[in-house]
Amino acid sequence: MTSTRPTLRLNPVVAATRILGVGSVRPERVVTNDELAQTMDTNDEWIRERVGIIERRFAGEDEKLVDMAVTAGSKALADSGLAPSDIDSVIVANCTMPSPIPNAAAQVADRIGIAASGAFDLNAACAGFCYALGVASDLIKAGSAGRTLVIGAEKLSDWLDKTDRSTAIIFADAAGAAVVGPAEQPEIGPVVWGSAGDLVDTIYMREHKYLYQEGQAVFRWATTQIAPIALRAIEAAGLQPADIDVLIPHQANLRIVEAIAKRLRASGGRADMVVADDIIYSGNTSSASIPMALDHMRAAGRVHRGDVALLVGFGAGLSYAGQVVILP
Amino acid sequence: MADVSNEEILKGLGEIVEEVAGVAADDVSLEKSFVDDLDIDSLSMVEIAVQAEDKFGVKIPDDELANLKTVNDAVEYVSKNG
Ligand SMILES: CC(C)(COP(=O)(O)OP(=O)(O)OC[C@H]1O[C@@H](n2cnc3c(N)ncnc32)[C@H](O)[C@@H]1OP(=O)(O)O)[C@@H](O)C(=O)NCCC(=O)NCCS
Repeated sequence: MTSTRPTLRLNPVVAATRILGVGSVRPERVVTNDELAQTMDTNDEWIRERVGIIERRFAGEDEKLVDMAVTAGSKALADSGLAPSDIDSVIVANCTMPSPIPNAAAQVADRIGIAASGAFDLNAACAGFCYALGVASDLIKAGSAGRTLVIGAEKLSDWLDKTDRSTAIIFADAAGAAVVGPAEQPEIGPVVWGSAGDLVDTIYMREHKYLYQEGQAVFRWATTQIAPIALRAIEAAGLQPADIDVLIPHQANLRIVEAIAKRLRASGGRADMVVADDIIYSGNTSSASIPMALDHMRAAGRVHRGDVALLVGFGAGLSYAGQVVILP
Repeated sequence: MADVSNEEILKGLGEIVEEVAGVAADDVSLEKSFVDDLDIDSLSMVEIAVQAEDKFGVKIPDDELANLKTVNDAVEYVSKNG
């Protein structure tokens, strides 16, 4: 018996994507190093020198991860000049929701007024935003999604042992977002991603309660393994290190950011490449750090429309991802 | 390392320390303590270890690194494990 299998039709493909707008939010409450020193054995000078943080923000009891995601998402939407009805998909990268169910994305979509949107959370910890941006870009190109709101949102303060000086001095709360949509010319390069699950024990939640990390092991990994990923992302986009105007690594630790910049410059990156240092006044906000740094740098006039930026996220998993984008 | 003398290891280490921490290579002498005399912190030590691994073909895991208090400790470690 010969059967004629029907041929399935596919969505028309879209050639290219770009970032249409960005936005971010930090909680109101500023937490200084001196304040932390009241409850644990640490001090302002040590934190500035080893981590580069001067202050960070902790959300209050009634300021949830989802609330920050809604605010950042709404700001990105306003920045893009689009209405909620122009968006059909929402991805929220995060690793600090209070419980696994419900996810953040469906609530965020509903509260922003994006009706019946495709909505899901993505957990790649501090690499989450770059993973989500890559996923969004490819969903759009495949025709599965239209314009997509990509958000990184974290309330890490809920998951900190406030007496553990290897984590409580570093992590903080925030959300950052980008609107991604179809474009004539590619403005989001191919994502280069990967993982190192053999190092899973270097960052995890202890007793499903507290973030724990092996600081030096993570430092060693990040300062040696991330610059090569960044170089691969540049190559995947068909560019050279000297083409990069702006470097926005995940704001893990200023010393890690500087080490990545140094290695890129040693590989041909320009001395005048602008390097994100948002950690100084924001702390390490995991998946929120890259879009928030971009938003702050734009607001400060440090970067401009058309600049070539390299984004690279890395963290628990261990996981990493990066891509080159043209700034909106 | 059988084929590299302690003097050569010291010289190579001095170059690495200068590159990572901005301490003049000549100041990196055997009796100096990395932290107390050369003012090198724990994270710079990690960067020095990474470069020493490349340069001398040794493995310096974090727990071993913690025991390398003086320049002499480091030279001896590289010499034995290279
Ligand atoms: C966490 C981190 C700041 C700790 O720094 P470290 O130098 O590795 O810390 P160590 O535990 O080795 O301690 C070094 C010294 O500083 C002291 N110290 C450690 N934490 C301290 C703190 N918060 N305040 C003051 N002193 C501190 C220790 O007592 C030790 O002093 P000693 O040598 O006199 O005993 C650092 O390892 C780091 O940032 N790693 C990367 C982590 C990261 O980026 N994670 C996010 C990935 S997304």
